Amino acid sequence: MNHEQLLETESHWLTRIGKAFLTERVVMHGKDLHHELDHLEWLHLYLYCILGKDPGENVAKMLNSYWVGTSYPDPSIWPNHVAALAGSVRTTPSLGLMAGLSISEASIYGRRPEVRALDFFYRAGRWCDEGGMLEEFVDHEKSLGRILYGYGRPLATTDERIAFTLDKAKEYGFSEGRYLKMAFSVYEHLNTTYGYSMNVAAVHAALAADMGFSCEEYQLILTPCFVAGMAPCFRDTKSRREGSFFPIRCESIVYHGREKRHWEG
Amino acid sequence: MPSDYVYHSDFWFEEPEESNPFAAKASYCHGYDVYGQVIAKAGWFEYLLLMFKGERPRPDEAVLLEKLALVLANQGPKEASIRAAMNGGVAATNHSSALMSALAVGSGLYGGSQELEICIRLWEECGQDVDRWKSRLQAPEEDERADIWPAIEHPPGFDPNGDQIPTTLLQSLELLVQFAPKDGALHWLQKQRGALEEFFGCPISITSVAAAAFVDLGLDRDQGSMLYLMLRLPGAAVHALEQRKMGWKKFPFYSSAIELEDDPGPFKQRDEEGGR
Repeated sequence: MNHEQLLETESHWLTRIGKAFLTERVVMHGKDLHHELDHLEWLHLYLYCILGKDPGENVAKMLNSYWVGTSYPDPSIWPNHVAALAGSVRTTPSLGLMAGLSISEASIYGRRPEVRALDFFYRAGRWCDEGGMLEEFVDHEKSLGRILYGYGRPLATTDERIAFTLDKAKEYGFSEGRYLKMAFSVYEHLNTTYGYSMNVAAVHAALAADMGFSCEEYQLILTPCFVAGMAPCFRDTKSRREGSFFPIRCESIVYHGREKRHWEG
Repeated sequence: MPSDYVYHSDFWFEEPEESNPFAAKASYCHGYDVYGQVIAKAGWFEYLLLMFKGERPRPDEAVLLEKLALVLANQGPKEASIRAAMNGGVAATNHSSALMSALAVGSGLYGGSQELEICIRLWEECGQDVDRWKSRLQAPEEDERADIWPAIEHPPGFDPNGDQIPTTLLQSLELLVQFAPKDGALHWLQKQRGALEEFFGCPISITSVAAAAFVDLGLDRDQGSMLYLMLRLPGAAVHALEQRKMGWKKFPFYSSAIELEDDPGPFKQRDEEGGR
């Protein structure tokens, strides 16, 4: 009986992640939160929570640069736009920022390109390990009609975050990794063959591969990535006239549909 | 002066008031005057299908969607998205937060809209070919790449924790079939259910029934997913409100059920024992 599989966990949940012994102590992955993890910066702790182990100072600093380098206080960016709208209509910070974060799991920016790019490098690595040429792998992916996430950028031809990220990679000891080199080899091939540019998703993902994260870990790590840019967007519109954030007039909805018709009956 | 920034729509048209360009004098949906005619003459489900499909539906289509909406309206507190909303409601959170939690948890691959999307995609691939269904249900992925969505862990549209189809779901299927096209997906599902359930060793779930209904209504995976998410919100809302009134003292708090397998014990005690 399949349902019997549910009986075991109906009133009992055995775990190793930790537990809040309320009024007493909190254990996180085997360590006391308030006595053994209290020295960590919050983002470093977040990595520990996801990974179940401390990835070390340099990994934490490298990833911190991802968060810092993508904290744009600009409501033209769509997740930030949602946070700004939330402020403009006077809803709450949690609703505004969480809604903005949830649409950061998008297909043309944010979480899907990041995950797909990391997966691309791991698959490319396996292809090369089996004796294949990197360029062949890239061309094979292209021939399947797949988007090569991290290459080409919807809104710009250059990415100001790449130089910033490479500087940080050098500072924290990640500038010579296999996958980072691979990212640039892929870029050279795509640029020569198709005129593609590279965006920071490729650089970030390649560095993440060099740091050894799984796709799920990487997705979790980057989930709060844009939130720092959203807070000022929320506050800016909250402090202005209600409903005044880029209002839309009727004529700004450009209609391409059917002519007017009657609802008979 | 008009704005430099415009939005494009293939289905929604507004005419401004002469005195205020930001206020609408009339709004048109796929050409129909919404406030002048549609609201006065149409039913809620006719209007929904008009919005999603672009054409006024036949009466039987609106009835099928209405019956599906009734089926989906409240799956009860056991259902994960409703339980999520209750967790919001019991703490007197924002109503929108409770519904956001229902939407998030209700989006999953186990009983949620992402599973439904896969079912509708498989309908597009397999049609009424039962052998193809058996094959694709075992390996429903589109390709081998990792994605923001994990791989589904069971045949989509089936409940791996179920033994046989629950009476309530069977009643729902048998009722919906009465309003569905004779050669359509719901009828096929009703006929093939037994063979498929025997093959996979578990019963169909609500997602396969809802997916078949959306297929019969001519809705694609994206449209079906949106409607599935929306139509399950009433139950989430009412259960959240109920728990808000019921109060947290009557609501489960699972702390004592959670056992830490590798509890290191209190920190100071370990310190005294020379653990650090």
